[in-house]
Amino acid sequence: MKKTVIVGTLILLLGAAGFAATGPDKKWAGVDETVVEKFATEAGHPPRPPLINPGEGDLLLFVFLVAGTVGGFIAGYCYRGLFPPKNKAPDKHSHV
Amino acid sequence: MNHDGLGTTRLGPALFATAALLLCCPPTASAMHISEGILPAPWAGLWFALSVPFLIWGLRDLRVRSEKEPMFKSLVGLVGAAVFVISCMPIPVPTAGTCSHPCGTGMAAILIGPSLTVVITSIALLLQALFLAHGGLTTLGADIVSMGVAGAFVGYGVFRLATALGVPRWPAAFLAGLLSDWATYAVTSFELASALHGSASVGHTFVAVAILFCPTQIPLGILEGLITAAACRFIETRRPGLIASLKQPGGGAA
Repeated sequence: MKKTVIVGTLILLLGAAGFAATGPDKKWAGVDETVVEKFATEAGHPPRPPLINPGEGDLLLFVFLVAGTVGGFIAGYCYRGLFPPKNKAPDKHSHV
Repeated sequence: MNHDGLGTTRLGPALFATAALLLCCPPTASAMHISEGILPAPWAGLWFALSVPFLIWGLRDLRVRSEKEPMFKSLVGLVGAAVFVISCMPIPVPTAGTCSHPCGTGMAAILIGPSLTVVITSIALLLQALFLAHGGLTTLGADIVSMGVAGAFVGYGVFRLATALGVPRWPAAFLAGLLSDWATYAVTSFELASALHGSASVGHTFVAVAILFCPTQIPLGILEGLITAAACRFIETRRPGLIASLKQPGGGAA
């Protein structure tokens, strides 16, 4: 477990270091842009704008805030039931 | 432990998956998702048609298994939220200078089975297409097949095969995560190549696209394997026997 955490952390740190070392002028585009969309554009099928505009300005921020508040509460509630504290054994009658 | 409250939280998993992912995901993400308009209509329709039987199978499994254990829906919701977050979490890869994301479908398939993984992946992809412009609605079927079907069934198959061969759960989960990630991007390459190969052969185009993915996805696949192994280890520590108890009709762990 410790090795996994260490290796995973190292990979993330390497990624973050590489990200920081290149400075803000370097663009770390996603593979959807560098591979999928590039290939499709060269093949004559460039991507179109999304059918549904997800919103602009602070609208998305508002949606994220409301959704995060509701979701965080429910996540904590479900998590406590599925993974109870170590000193509380799970219900013997439950398989899940 | 009080199961009654959890068992009656019908909307919990869906709301949690929606909300947590919307909160955690950036407005723009970097992924294998095929954007709107890239696939010609006949190909988009074909991938939709291919995904439908798997969705029906998954929904049937959800009904059967949640009738036996009401808390199963909570577990599915939690795993669905994890897939949502993982599949839109851009991670910079220094070896390639690009960003990409793991998929989480290998881990999900180990925990809840491949057919249900298709269902939660479909929900995650739909929400991403609707609210994050991450993947398209017309290309949703292709994205479901590559990430949901291929990722889930390859991950599940590898895990079952490895454990049947006597491989411990940790390394088996690592292999499942690794190969499910690579399978997802291989199928994405095939979807692009089959629809857009032009005068070149499908095989040649497939190899060309897959090679373009390699610098990013080889390290990302390893990371996904580590995430999958760590998640399985965590669950085994906190709920010993949970993974083994999930061996159910239509999927579940070994």
